[in-house]
Amino acid sequence: MSSIPGDLQYTKEHEWVAGIDDGLTLTVGVTAYAAEALGDVVYVQVPEVGSTVAAGDAVGEVESTKSVSDIFAPVGGEITEINESVVDDPSLVNSDPYGEGWLFRIRMEGEPEDLLSAEEYGVLTSGES
Amino acid sequence: MSRPTPLRGVHEALGATLTDFAGWLMPLRYGSESAEHNAVRQAAGLFDLSHMGEIFVTGPQAGEALDYALVGHLSALEPGRARYTMIVDPDGGVLDDLIVYRLTADEFMVVANASNYPRVAAELTGRAKDFDAAVDDRSEQYALVAVQGPNSRAILGGLTDADLDGLKYYAGLPATVAGIQVLIARTGYTGEDGFELFAAAGDAEPLWAALTEAGGPHGLVPAGLSARDTLRLEAGMPLYGNELTAELTPFDAGLGRVVRFDKPGDFVGRAALEPLRDVPPARRLVGLIATGRRVPRHGYPVVVADDGAVVGEVTSGAPSQTLGRPIAMAYVDSDRSEGLAVSIRGTHEAVEVVDLPFYRRKK
Repeated sequence: MSSIPGDLQYTKEHEWVAGIDDGLTLTVGVTAYAAEALGDVVYVQVPEVGSTVAAGDAVGEVESTKSVSDIFAPVGGEITEINESVVDDPSLVNSDPYGEGWLFRIRMEGEPEDLLSAEEYGVLTSGES
Repeated sequence: MSRPTPLRGVHEALGATLTDFAGWLMPLRYGSESAEHNAVRQAAGLFDLSHMGEIFVTGPQAGEALDYALVGHLSALEPGRARYTMIVDPDGGVLDDLIVYRLTADEFMVVANASNYPRVAAELTGRAKDFDAAVDDRSEQYALVAVQGPNSRAILGGLTDADLDGLKYYAGLPATVAGIQVLIARTGYTGEDGFELFAAAGDAEPLWAALTEAGGPHGLVPAGLSARDTLRLEAGMPLYGNELTAELTPFDAGLGRVVRFDKPGDFVGRAALEPLRDVPPARRLVGLIATGRRVPRHGYPVVVADDGAVVGEVTSGAPSQTLGRPIAMAYVDSDRSEGLAVSIRGTHEAVEVVDLPFYRRKK
């Protein structure tokens, strides 16, 4: 079973977000569940710093040996930072999805909608295999 | 519901990610598929291939029946040897690619792909009806385990008295491995030296266990279908459903050499294929190496970089561990080899056209 940290929030697209409490900037990554489903991640495309995105936009992609998945913006806003380390070494998504494998930070315009708690995300992923 | 192989319990105990493949519940990977791929290139990997079909054709006219049913000249095969061949429909479309082993003068084993073997067994039965030969689908009774990689000879050598050095590529012999009756074949789908072991389904677990134990000191790891797919792609080997389909003839796939017009008698597909033998196909199967890091995948269009004109289609693609770049096989218009790109979800990514295979092992 993959871990689901209790201090993060989640999207139905298998991303995690952190920093919701400061009301300014969200850090976004993919969950361990998603990383395990993908297999070895070989390529990560993240949005450009300074770009403005709308909630739900496909802003990047995570590519593994067998498949590719879009990364969606969980909220509208401006991309303030990207994780250069994960671009250089995409395997960080597998080895440390909630830490070193984070993808980008976004300055929020408005509030993200439909976020899931760790418990709710656990229910979502227990129904999939 | 996917059908389990006789090794399902082993895969679950190893923590494999299981996936449906052609109606079978198969190990996709046990841990990192990249590590499994590299282990096969550098040491050895152990594969469960029990989803493959084993169809026996026996009788005094078994060879003649296969000459009629398939595109190859199987009656000319020496006992103990094997051939890569195909079964086509009367229009020449490929129904499956096969390996046929001649076990004795009047017994052949036809190994067919998991997705196709019920159809292959039915076609063989129909095509053999005017011959003194019986067709028997024994796929359910057989497990198939493959040991592939440069250390496979040393691993298997510790478990059998069989003359492995005398066993040539595309040959097979009955033998005892770890006390278990098997047919050892020197065949594979990885581009490495290796062996495929056909055993009774009930012997699969002890055979797997013996190979795992003997292989440990030689770096053998269990390897799943994900690694198998990237290994065969690097080796330029076609996969039915990707590079081979019923809409393509063996000539379309660049494999016209398997069609043996020089054999005696008629065969299913001869009339359709004969006019094609000297006609250059409109598209040819080529290798693509991406210049970027995004991966061309099955079904993506191959385009002219300058104007976006579609000139081909990717049949298989994956990141290549060996080359360090994404690779693909694609059917591309025969007159195109420069200035091409693959349209990857709307963006054109430049590719270089190369001859297959991408990888050839050092002898």
